[in-house]
Amino acid sequence: MRKEEGAPIKRGLLAFIALLFVSATALAGEYRLVIDETPVNITGRERRAMTINGSIPGPVLRWREGEEVTLQVTNRLKEPTSIHWHGVIVPNTMDGVPGISFDNIAPGETFTYRFTVKQSGTYWYHSHSGLQEQSGVYSPLIIDPAKPEPFQYDREYVVMLSDWTDENPERVLAKLKKQSGYYNFHKRTFFDFFRDARRNGWGATLSDRLAWGRMRMDPTDIADVTGVTYTFLINGQPSKANWTALFKPGERVRLRFINAASMTYFDLRIPGLKMEVAQADGQNIQPVTVDEFRIAVSETYDVIVTPREDRAYTLFAEAMDRSGYARGTLAPRPGMSAPIPKMRPRPIRTMADMGMAEGAHEMKPGGKASAQEGAMAGMDHEAMGQGDARSETPSEEPPVMHGPGAHGPGNAMVAMAPRSRLREPGAGLEDPGTRVLTYADLRALEPGYDRRPPEREIELHLTGNMDRYIWGFNGKKHSEADPIRLRHGERLRVIFVNDTMMEHPIHLHGMWMELDNGNGEYNPRKFTINVKPGERLSFIMTADAPGAWPFHCHLAYHMASGMMLDVMVSDDEEKTHP
Amino acid sequence: MTFLNGSMITGVCLAVLIAFAPAALADSPEMAAEEDSRLYTFLEVEQFEYRIGSEDTLSWEAQGWFGGDYNKVWLKTRGDHAIDAETKNAEVQLLYSRAIAAFWDLQIGGRYDMRPDPSRGYAVLGIEGLAPYFFEVDAAAFVSNKGDASARVEARYDLLLTQRLIVRPSVELNFAAQEVKELDIGSGLSGVELGLRVRYEIVREAAPYIGVSWERKAGRTADFARRKGEEVDDLTFVTGVRFWF
Repeated sequence: MRKEEGAPIKRGLLAFIALLFVSATALAGEYRLVIDETPVNITGRERRAMTINGSIPGPVLRWREGEEVTLQVTNRLKEPTSIHWHGVIVPNTMDGVPGISFDNIAPGETFTYRFTVKQSGTYWYHSHSGLQEQSGVYSPLIIDPAKPEPFQYDREYVVMLSDWTDENPERVLAKLKKQSGYYNFHKRTFFDFFRDARRNGWGATLSDRLAWGRMRMDPTDIADVTGVTYTFLINGQPSKANWTALFKPGERVRLRFINAASMTYFDLRIPGLKMEVAQADGQNIQPVTVDEFRIAVSETYDVIVTPREDRAYTLFAEAMDRSGYARGTLAPRPGMSAPIPKMRPRPIRTMADMGMAEGAHEMKPGGKASAQEGAMAGMDHEAMGQGDARSETPSEEPPVMHGPGAHGPGNAMVAMAPRSRLREPGAGLEDPGTRVLTYADLRALEPGYDRRPPEREIELHLTGNMDRYIWGFNGKKHSEADPIRLRHGERLRVIFVNDTMMEHPIHLHGMWMELDNGNGEYNPRKFTINVKPGERLSFIMTADAPGAWPFHCHLAYHMASGMMLDVMVSDDEEKTHP
Repeated sequence: MTFLNGSMITGVCLAVLIAFAPAALADSPEMAAEEDSRLYTFLEVEQFEYRIGSEDTLSWEAQGWFGGDYNKVWLKTRGDHAIDAETKNAEVQLLYSRAIAAFWDLQIGGRYDMRPDPSRGYAVLGIEGLAPYFFEVDAAAFVSNKGDASARVEARYDLLLTQRLIVRPSVELNFAAQEVKELDIGSGLSGVELGLRVRYEIVREAAPYIGVSWERKAGRTADFARRKGEEVDDLTFVTGVRFWF
């Protein structure tokens, strides 16, 4: 501070510093978390879960933007553990990923996390060790903004969805490795063939079966782990416990949805209520009113509902594969309930999910039909084209042909003509007759801070072999893959091509992904991007956080089977461009 | 002498496998502890059945593996034991298996036939996997310690009547490159076995079944059988249990 400065300025500065000091003191929270084994009874049988502070989910952490948080995490398990702050931008060593950002928290030890919170919104925190998340180590994390929210509401609830199994998660993974269709009890049967033949014709049904058989793919594979073993939970409670949120008629109720499931995508609706989507992945978006939305594993959505009637409303979260649901209630008084809707028919994979150009003959004039036809070269057009009677939402962007190379034994198929599916709500929601949120609806409330165009592109193929239960990027598992090296500060585009017939929620630690859904500087920033089967999409990012960051599929058993990469951000040119 | 040779060859094969398998199994040696490279053990008793036919027989066929995603050690065994007769067959294979394509494993190792007497050893080179249209295929070539070459091709298919009631047709073809007098095998196609088993999966891991199996000796092998007054074909009704863990 220079002495020439006038007294009033000095006094002002002093006052400002004092104010900063006071507010800093006020904004320094200390939190204690204990990871332990706890008996739970969710299905009627007692099981030992892994918990944070003794419950599933753990305690809701509530921070304030600008707060310096100190978190003492004690491990009382018999194995190492960790806590990762999902979606929160933290210094590299505070990210909590064993082997990448720190060692781990050994049994009996306490690790202290300390960092300043630089964002607001709905997030969560969970173990990043093994399959502990499936065992119960997850919990909501709410950060209040420093400035007022751009929307009004009268009360709020956290709605954390998850999937619980009485089985040991390691056993679940072992079963998948030995018989990948273990949890699917909706495979096509001999009699389904005749039913489909009556409906769609013998020729079409036969050529459809032959097409799937030729690829050795099962179109009924919507979820690898299903309601056969899972019980779906809302805030740790099964449907029969009927978790209830109270409201006064006419109030605006903010619901903070978090999908903490290990493997399950949920389709969410509250029959009788419109949902105003205000935030996605903790980020303000331009409000969109919908009847329903799909929440991918690890995503968060904040919606506002206004129940006006003095009655109960069912909060219905169907698993994407329709093998079960989680249900809760919004009610003016405790103990009320509303009818539970019927689950809708199970989706079935289509040729579009296989990255085939099924829509070729449905294209509007001016569409790149010739390019799509080209994709069929070398394939039996009749068999591929007539497979499923359902129509797909045509996409406006032409597909980009897959290059040569099939990614080795770790990958079972390639999407020949992957294309954008941002406007599609997803499998099973093609024609619900209601307004369903899509990724194309997400438009940031404020423009992104970095307006530079990307300097380069990286293309990543999401690959897998269901039969062997291997998942990865570019045909390689995490243990086989080289890290992605980025120069600190560079801006780049990352393109995903999903060569598998599964959805993958891809999560990047430490930095935001700006999903390129055509909104330019209003592209929404996300911590998880769901990539649909056979889809090609991209995001733009600024490599603004030095260090090693995991980049992975958030389906727990996919990650455990190799679907992860390390992203290394460094100032050192040598390291980034070897 | 024959027994010694057979044992020796098999013994050497087993020793080589046991010595090199653990190193080869971890998919990436320096990262053996990586979470995505867990090792698993699998054992499947595909057939364990009582056969009612010209003579009642207890028959088994099982396989298992230990290893990771790309590299495994396989153990395969099959055999039958006639209840009231001398006929006995028993073989065991120990193979190193490597994923060479999305749906195919290359397998190499040894086979040892304890029965019929005299026992003999074989070197094995095979391929196992899932063919288009979901046919499970296991094809292997064998060369015995006496220099005899033979081959076996098996194919199976699961046809789901319901999610738990499953029809499993199977076919097996055996070939010999030359005549093997001691085993009464002629050159060319030596035998065919067709099976049809219907199982009910009480749980995925355990399924009782019933079915039929039809075996027929072919070509010169059939001639040898006729000369000895044996049946050339045999239709049996089978009942058994399939299980894995």
